[in-house]
Amino acid sequence: MGKSVAIIGTGQTRHGRRQDVCYPDLVKEAVEAALEDAGITLKDVDGVVLGTMPSMMEGVSSTHFYFAEAMGSVGKPVLKVETCGSTGQSIGHCGFFWASSGMADIVLVVGSEKMSEGDGQATMNTVFDPFFQRTFAAGAPGVFTMQSMEWMYRFKIPEDKGREAAAMISVSNHDNAMDNPHAHIRTRVTMDDVKNARIITYPVRLLDVCPASDGACAVIFASGDKAKKICKKPAWVKGIGFRGEEFFYGESDKAIWMSATEAAKEAYSQAGIKDPLKELDVAEVYNPFTYQEMIFYECFGFCPRGKAPDYVLKGTFKKGGRLPCGPSGGTLCTNPIGATGLIRMAEAALQVTGKAGARQVEGAKLALSHAMGGVDQFNGVTILGSEQ
Amino acid sequence: MKKEYRTIINDVALPYKWALGRTWTRFFDGLKEEKILGTKCLQCGKTFVPARSFCPDCFVSEMEWVEAAQEGTIVTWTLVDAEYDGQTRKPPYVIALVKLAGTDCCINHYVGGIDLSDLKKVRQKLKEGAKVKAVWSPDKKADIHDIAYFAPVR
Repeated sequence: MGKSVAIIGTGQTRHGRRQDVCYPDLVKEAVEAALEDAGITLKDVDGVVLGTMPSMMEGVSSTHFYFAEAMGSVGKPVLKVETCGSTGQSIGHCGFFWASSGMADIVLVVGSEKMSEGDGQATMNTVFDPFFQRTFAAGAPGVFTMQSMEWMYRFKIPEDKGREAAAMISVSNHDNAMDNPHAHIRTRVTMDDVKNARIITYPVRLLDVCPASDGACAVIFASGDKAKKICKKPAWVKGIGFRGEEFFYGESDKAIWMSATEAAKEAYSQAGIKDPLKELDVAEVYNPFTYQEMIFYECFGFCPRGKAPDYVLKGTFKKGGRLPCGPSGGTLCTNPIGATGLIRMAEAALQVTGKAGARQVEGAKLALSHAMGGVDQFNGVTILGSEQ
Repeated sequence: MKKEYRTIINDVALPYKWALGRTWTRFFDGLKEEKILGTKCLQCGKTFVPARSFCPDCFVSEMEWVEAAQEGTIVTWTLVDAEYDGQTRKPPYVIALVKLAGTDCCINHYVGGIDLSDLKKVRQKLKEGAKVKAVWSPDKKADIHDIAYFAPVR
């Protein structure tokens, strides 16, 4: 780790179908909220980082030009970082690097997406190479479902058990989203609703899948010294990890998933975490798909390999459980993709600073946030804590 | 009543001309002759399909051409039953990861030649490890669709 860095403010839009605002205004909504939360103005910001999904999502390229005013980057150094779904974690890491290097005191990091303006699955398909994989991909659901099937085969998880646990994950995320005023989908669902929803990519059904959302998130990073001066209760960056793997989907073992496993390991080693289930108070796992969320639990060491369904069915990761996951309702209920990984980080910051409102996990001091991107290719993890 | 604001409808369509390079040109020429070509790394001995110009594990370019088996096993699969823009096939259809015999990675393709009307029967047929073989398209264009799909082997 470099010099210590903390998050001193976060801001989120009301996520959902936001046809009431144009894209730059959506970005401004999050930036304004973050500045207000940190109690600073744009004048205090030394540099700006933006991240989104590929430009085809909204049909406007290199949006760091488009959002110059909305994200307050006029007259300041600006960077754009893109790693598909893991973008939110990557830009957060970039904010950390910048402040940690000593080259900036305060860095504004912005992630955004306006998915109602384009075609999510068609855009996601352009992430695949055009020669070999694109026509067999079926967007994100195809890949993530094949991965989940591979995982269930590998660990001999009975179909019914996997189905039951995945349904429970959907129900608890939907319940949690009711406590989150920013969440896109705020409806309760039952186990039967999930199990009987229409098939998207078998065995994954509609309520196992995240929505396509419009939304933006802004997070303000400050060098340790600055944070101590201007912020009463900062969220300290305790550890970060990021790993990538091979491009060809069929080349690496997605049931074990090296990138997710190693990204967490790296972050844990920096944060001094040895037993994540015991030491973490809350986790914001990137969970666009219920079945896949269980693979993450195993990669992050929350439970042994192949045992996630048992832990889920025991209620380990529910509100009030041993390690509550996704108290915000998670990616499953809100997914403006370029913002999503940063929302996980912002939510983790809210938790360790006691500012999470109705979704607060009481007394949370140490939180994991995470995002995954590409064709199951990238994973990024950030650990935030209440103590420096 | 909530005020609805206007949207403007537009398309962005861009033309591209993608270079295949030497290795992938030869791979697709092979498909046209009903051959599935891979490359074997002379350092680690792993065989990759589609053929690679360099070993993704060793980062060396010393690779030798091999003809891969046209039979393999299913590693994982899913039945796609949702539509999206730009899809080449009308759902429902099955996609899978197939590991060709003697290779060290999987390829993505369709699984065809099965009745999709009963999910239970599909599930019984398409277990992990189920044997499949390449079925060739009668019309070949030297692209990945020269293999029409993989079909279960009895």
